[in-house]
Amino acid sequence: MQTYRQRKMEKQSIVSIKDLTKENILELLRVAELFEKNPNRRILAGKVVATLFFEPSTRTRLSFETAVNRLGGRVIGFSDPAATSTSKGETLKDTIKMVSNYADLIVMRHYLEGAAKYASEVTDVPVINAGDGAHQHPSQTMLDLYSIFKTQGRLDDITITMVGDLKYGRTVHSLLQALSHFRVKFNFVACRELKMPQEFIEFCVNNGIDFQEHTDFSPEVINSTDILYMTRVQRERFADLDEYERVKDLYSLNLNMLRDSKPNLRVLHPLPRVNEISQDVDDSEKAYYFEQAHNGLFARQAMICRSLGIDVKD
Amino acid sequence: MKNKELAVAALRRGTVIDHIPSHVLFKVVKLLGIEKLDKSVTIGNNLTSQRLGTKGIIKVADTFFPDEVINRIAILAPTAVVNIIEDYEVVKKEQVVVPDEIVDIVRCTNPKCISCNEPMKTRFTVVGRDPITLACRYCEHEFSGDGIELK
Repeated sequence: MQTYRQRKMEKQSIVSIKDLTKENILELLRVAELFEKNPNRRILAGKVVATLFFEPSTRTRLSFETAVNRLGGRVIGFSDPAATSTSKGETLKDTIKMVSNYADLIVMRHYLEGAAKYASEVTDVPVINAGDGAHQHPSQTMLDLYSIFKTQGRLDDITITMVGDLKYGRTVHSLLQALSHFRVKFNFVACRELKMPQEFIEFCVNNGIDFQEHTDFSPEVINSTDILYMTRVQRERFADLDEYERVKDLYSLNLNMLRDSKPNLRVLHPLPRVNEISQDVDDSEKAYYFEQAHNGLFARQAMICRSLGIDVKD
Repeated sequence: MKNKELAVAALRRGTVIDHIPSHVLFKVVKLLGIEKLDKSVTIGNNLTSQRLGTKGIIKVADTFFPDEVINRIAILAPTAVVNIIEDYEVVKKEQVVVPDEIVDIVRCTNPKCISCNEPMKTRFTVVGRDPITLACRYCEHEFSGDGIELK
């Protein structure tokens, strides 16, 4: 049996990446590193974690449930709200109150924005937001941060280029907010329809974040980049389908485009990808999106322990 | 004729809320629950105003609203002035104050917000005062001006 030291901290819900200070983020990254070295521990023995998925998300649910299982905890919950009292008209409050009788921690995904925040207000059981509509998905942000930290060895003094759908992509918005604690230079590469919303441009200005906006996905931008964060340009985001046809391939990456890129550059993508990263990139050592998803396990183990007030020391 | 006008206008004791923008007057009436009062109420609208162009005014006899109630109207009518009347004299005159948090008065304009879909209190932080801009505590959606709707 592995040895580890742990002490009690305050329990804490994590519903938004904005709930986390710079120190919180660095601590979670430190603990994620420990879990990567040894993901199988008995830290959660005797604990029950409820995974409440009011909308399906197999990838996120499996990652959270694996995180709990590898730490020795038990999982209850549902992956399809049609099989629950929600379909009978039960309020979210009542569902959360009921589950709170059984679980030590609630991990929830919901199609409505702000649902996790509200849930955290109606129960004393800590809540981790596993995505609330287009709003927040802090565990995705933490795995993105961990992937950047792991591949670059730091979060300061790096250049991150975000490409594709910067308007609707919640992952880029949350990542931008989280990285505002660090010295990061951003390139925002998108067509006019999907450019970074004005509120986030103002966020950059107000927080002294160095950024440039581009419509061209140019070699100059790629070759100055440490992290290339690709996102999917979705057809349904366009009012004008001719415009979609015009831009859909402008923000796609192929292996040839990485020819003169920095050796430390890594390509990230929140997945699923469609055709914004061509298959020939997959075999490059610079492709990191599958490892990135794997890192989600360790980031989520760290978040689960933080929410339960378990301080993992070694 | 003049005497009749005075009989309506003069208030011996009570509250006069003046400088209400005309287009929100009836929203203010609703917000304060004035239609449920059994006291004498006088409501005037589209009166000439140097500051606002046109304005509304509400006079309520023998009624004094607590600050937390009266300040609710600030999100709709930040220009409103509240006069407390005793013995036909104005004994206190104050502009309404926009509170830092607005609880269960307005609705979120984001239809995908949990607060629009669950029987719960709405909560907003006032993030801007000119124009009044609210941020939802739950979905963090921001809106202002004419976008502000009573719950």
